[in-house]
Amino acid sequence: MKKYQLDLCVRDNIHIAEDAFMLEVTHSEPLPESEPGQFAELLVEGSNKTFLRRPISIHDYDRDGNIIRFLIRRVGPGTEKLSELKSSDTLNVILPLGNGFVFRNQSVQRPLLVGGGVGIAPLLFLGREMKACGIEPTFLFGGREKCNLLRMGEYSNLGRVFATTEDGSFGQKGFVTDHSLLEEEQFDYIFSCGPTPMMKAVAGFASEHGIGCQVSLEHRMACGIGACLCCVEETKSGNVCVCKDGPVFTTDKLLW
Amino acid sequence: MVSLETSIGSLKLANPVLTASGTFGYGTEYSDFMDVSKLGAVIVKGTTIKPREGNPYPRMAETPSGMLNAVGLQNKGADYFVKNIYPVVCKLGCPAIVNVSGSTIEDYVAVAEVMDSLDGIPAIELNISCPNVRQGGMAFGVNPCSAEEVVSAVRKAYHKTLIVKLSPNVTDITEIARAAESAGADAVSLINTLLGMAVDAERRRPVLSTVTGGLSGPAVKPVALRMVWQTAKAVSIPVIGIGGICSATDAIEFMLAGASAVEIGTANFIDPSVSAKVIDGMQAYLSRHGFNSVKEIIGALEV
Repeated sequence: MKKYQLDLCVRDNIHIAEDAFMLEVTHSEPLPESEPGQFAELLVEGSNKTFLRRPISIHDYDRDGNIIRFLIRRVGPGTEKLSELKSSDTLNVILPLGNGFVFRNQSVQRPLLVGGGVGIAPLLFLGREMKACGIEPTFLFGGREKCNLLRMGEYSNLGRVFATTEDGSFGQKGFVTDHSLLEEEQFDYIFSCGPTPMMKAVAGFASEHGIGCQVSLEHRMACGIGACLCCVEETKSGNVCVCKDGPVFTTDKLLW
Repeated sequence: MVSLETSIGSLKLANPVLTASGTFGYGTEYSDFMDVSKLGAVIVKGTTIKPREGNPYPRMAETPSGMLNAVGLQNKGADYFVKNIYPVVCKLGCPAIVNVSGSTIEDYVAVAEVMDSLDGIPAIELNISCPNVRQGGMAFGVNPCSAEEVVSAVRKAYHKTLIVKLSPNVTDITEIARAAESAGADAVSLINTLLGMAVDAERRRPVLSTVTGGLSGPAVKPVALRMVWQTAKAVSIPVIGIGGICSATDAIEFMLAGASAVEIGTANFIDPSVSAKVIDGMQAYLSRHGFNSVKEIIGALEV
C-alpha cells in the first residue's frame, strides 16, 4: 500500500475522558485508503521535550465524511501536545503504515474483538469493516475502572459489547479473560489490542481453544517504515519490525 | 543553473546530499515519499559477513532534540546482500554505497572483498565507529594504531572509493582521521553517534537493553560541526559531514566548515522527504549568494 506524508486539517479535538481525547482530521482531497489495524505517524510540533513522531492507530475511518479519527491517551509530552491541537490546525501525518488485521480470507464468522484501555482504538475501525462485510463483531473490553472504557456507545452500534473492570465499577469484575462470555459462547477467531499481559492471556485462551488469534503490538518506534530497526519483536523467524512487519501479528508467529 | 556536483575521491556525485547508513534502509523504504534517484548517494545499512540479529528490544530512547539507538548492526549478512539487496539498490538511480562492519579485521576484509566484486557498488563506508556491538565496531575507531591497521587491510582488498566512518567518542578525532588517511582511505565521514545513556527513573532501570547507546539528531550537531572543522584542517582527503542535519542550512554549515558532502540521518525519521528538501534548499542558497558551484563553499568559512 502506498504511504503518504500529508498536511491534514484538524477538524475537531474532543476531550472524552480525564486522560483521553479524540483527534479528528480531514483533507481537501480524499484521504488515503487504509486497513483496520494500520497506524499513522503524527508529527508533534512546538514541544522541546519530544523529537520523534508519535505512532497512533487509526481509530475510525469515515469514507463518506473524509475523516480519520485517532483515539489517544495522554501519557507524556508528545500526546500532551497533540491534545492541545485545535480545529483548523495543521497536522503532518504519515499514513497508512504497517499491516492491519486480516479477516476477509480467514473464513471468520463469529469474531471476538478484545481490547484493553486505549488499545480498543483500532477495534472500532475493524468492527465497522467487519460489519460492512456482513460479519457481526462481538466486543470484549477491559479497563482498570469505568472511566478507562471509552466510546462504548459507538462500539455498541456495531455489535454486542461486554466489559470487565479491575475494580468492578463497570461490567464484570476482573480481567477480560475472566469474563463469563468466554465460557458461555463460542467464537472462531480473536482479534486483540491492548496491554501486552492482556494480549498474552488472550492468546493463551485462543491457543487452548484452538482458534486463531491476531494481536496488535505497540513498541517504541522511530521511523515507522522499517528503516531504523528500533521497534523489533523477537519472533520465530528472528527479529522483525513491528512498524513494517506488524503491528498486527498472528500469535503463532510470536514467541509467546 | 548552479552546479551541485561534488566528488569523494574518484567517485563523482550529482550533489553532496547522501543518506546515512541505518537511517534510510535500502532506499526503497523511502520511495513513496521522494524521488530517491535525485540523491547524491544512498549509504545502505551496515553489512557484516554473517547475519546479525542485533541487540534485544528496547533499542531506542527519545531524548531532547535527538534519540539514542542500540540497534547493534542487525542485518542479514553479505551473502543475503548480494542475492537479495544488491539487485534492488542497483536500481535506485543513484549510487549505492555500502556501510561495511565487522568484529575482526578479517571480517571487514571479507565484506570489502565481496563489495569489491560488485560492479554496481562504487564505494564502501568502513564503519569503525559503531558504539553498539560488543566486539570490534568502535574499538577499531578509538585508537589510531588499530584504525590504521584495519583501514590498511581493507585498502589492500578493496580497489574502489574507500570512506572511513569515524567515531566522535575519542579525545582527538583528527588523530584517527590522519591514521585513516595514511592507511589509504579516500575520504572520512563523521561523526557516528555519541555514546550516551537514558534512565527510567520510575522503574529505576536503563531505558536501553544495552544500557548505553548512540546519540544522534540535532543534539549532536554542534559537536559534529566542530569535529568536521578540525578534521578538514587536519587531512587532505575529503570529509563527509554527519550529525543532526535537518535542513539545507544545516548542510551548508557543514560544507562551510570543510565538508565535501553531507549525510542526513536521524532527520529521515521525522521527515521522510527531508533529503530532497535539503538538495532544493542548497540550490536556492547557492543561487541567492551568487555561487556557480557547491564546491565554492567547501571550507569557505571565514574565521
